[in-house]
Amino acid sequence: MSDNLTTRYIEIQGVEQTFKTKKGPFCALRNVNLTVAKGEFVALIGHSGCGKSTLLNLIAGLTMPTNGSLICANREIAGPGPDRAVVFQNHSLLPWLTCFENVYLAVERVFGAANKSTGTTAESKAQLKARTDAALAMVGLTTAAQKRPGEISGGMKQRVGIARALCMEPKVLLLDEPFGALDALTRAKLQDELLAIVAATQSTVVMVTHDVDEAVLLSDKIVMMTNGPSATIGEVLSVELERPRNRVELAESTQYLHYRKAVIDFLYTRQAHVEKQAA
Amino acid sequence: MVSAVFHSPLAVTEPVEASARVLTNTTAAAFIATPVPVARQPFDWRGLWLAVLPPVIGLGLLVGLWALVSITTASSIPSPIETFKQAVVIFSDPFYRKGPNDQGVGWNILMSLERVALGFGLAAAVGIPAGFMIGRFEFLSRMFNPLISLLRPVSPLAWLPIGLLVFKGANPAAIWTIFICSIWPMIINTAVGVQRVPQDYMNVARVLNLSEWKIVTKILFPAVLPYMLTGVRLAVGTAWLVIVAAEMLTGGVGIGFWVWDEWNNLNVKNIIIAIFVIGLVGLVLEYVLIKVATAFTFEEVKN
Repeated sequence: MSDNLTTRYIEIQGVEQTFKTKKGPFCALRNVNLTVAKGEFVALIGHSGCGKSTLLNLIAGLTMPTNGSLICANREIAGPGPDRAVVFQNHSLLPWLTCFENVYLAVERVFGAANKSTGTTAESKAQLKARTDAALAMVGLTTAAQKRPGEISGGMKQRVGIARALCMEPKVLLLDEPFGALDALTRAKLQDELLAIVAATQSTVVMVTHDVDEAVLLSDKIVMMTNGPSATIGEVLSVELERPRNRVELAESTQYLHYRKAVIDFLYTRQAHVEKQAA
Repeated sequence: MVSAVFHSPLAVTEPVEASARVLTNTTAAAFIATPVPVARQPFDWRGLWLAVLPPVIGLGLLVGLWALVSITTASSIPSPIETFKQAVVIFSDPFYRKGPNDQGVGWNILMSLERVALGFGLAAAVGIPAGFMIGRFEFLSRMFNPLISLLRPVSPLAWLPIGLLVFKGANPAAIWTIFICSIWPMIINTAVGVQRVPQDYMNVARVLNLSEWKIVTKILFPAVLPYMLTGVRLAVGTAWLVIVAAEMLTGGVGIGFWVWDEWNNLNVKNIIIAIFVIGLVGLVLEYVLIKVATAFTFEEVKN
């Protein structure tokens, strides 16, 4: 049982997702099977429209599969919950709350009330505030705590989004192209921060990306998806690079280049993007 | 983003570097943000000219046309100067009371505003929660949409006889009419606002598993507020239009009744003064509500 939990923390079996559209049913995902071990970092990569985000939403519980089953920590995923925190592509901070309040909202929800299933009691206001401050400090935003999202840069907003997800101490961290909208320098910095945080918290992470370097640098396992419609998992690549990883050293590593080549080969040779078919 | 926040030449010429520095070193950011002393600008005469001259010409055009009409109709429409003299007389004592049907213009305006406030307040109390429910629940939306579509185009004055019949009094009937005309924009705008709350925010609520109370107070209400305030602004505008007509029919004390009374007295000067007064009060209401609305709209929502 415990071994089962470690190696098969998230288990996706025969998942199919069909959307109703005006032109009739549209099959986004078909026959998706995937297991994620506890503490593993998995990247989902593929061309746009291949259903990466659809799969992530299914794990988050934001949508329900048409067929198949998703299990997380031995429980069927029946809906969204704070145990599977999501960092959204467009940060999704509430613009009328300060950074502190945005994070506090999540902290208060998870730790502000007694939880019978885990046997924890409600924490005091001071404890909740300390947790919020700690989460903001982890992403280096202590000084921006009292600012509204409209007053800070895109990279800072994304970091607040990450702080909001991490503060809940989730079992699984789900990242939907978290750095897609950022410039290359900011992205690299946040990737390094994420690596450090994940190493410290030992989180299980599923991340959607379409950046090959990001996938190889961060993950233990790269899940490459075929083109939609009816997308499925084309290939799973284990990335056995030692941690901690350093982007500068890796840039010359033959192993790194080998993994990079494998992903590029899959994306551009075997799954050359056919925009018209997907649309 | 960065160049929009830090208006220093350094940040403008090196935006990427500056942003990296801001992220890594906040003390550096504080240094960059230190305001650079700006040379005093010469007074902007051209801006003043553009701000003042066109409105003055516009008003002049109106008064000129009015004077022209006055001359061609052989003063059956009073001239601007006579009307102005009369206005001075009226506004020298706006709050006199000489019996139930002869009161100062100040009382008339206040009575009209009171009716608008009452009718509008009741409409807000009913319309905003109703709009929330209709926007939140598909079933209610489908249930009430045909009713709203059917009743909204009806002139609120058509409801006046029903009001007179049910409430057996002129004053409540006028308030009822205001209630009817202001409730539609508030229901519709609130409902649309709720339906347009970005799915991202609702996804946040779902992932955090927030309670319905938290969803309403922390997400729905702030997100809907700008829409709601637009509804309020439209409602008050319509209410101020309708009150004049309603009071013409119901009588009593009020700016609409005053217009009708002066028409019966063939006192055209007072009618023209009333038109200006109604316009000014409407302008002030609109201005105040726009100020309130901008104070509650977040940049992020507009983008």
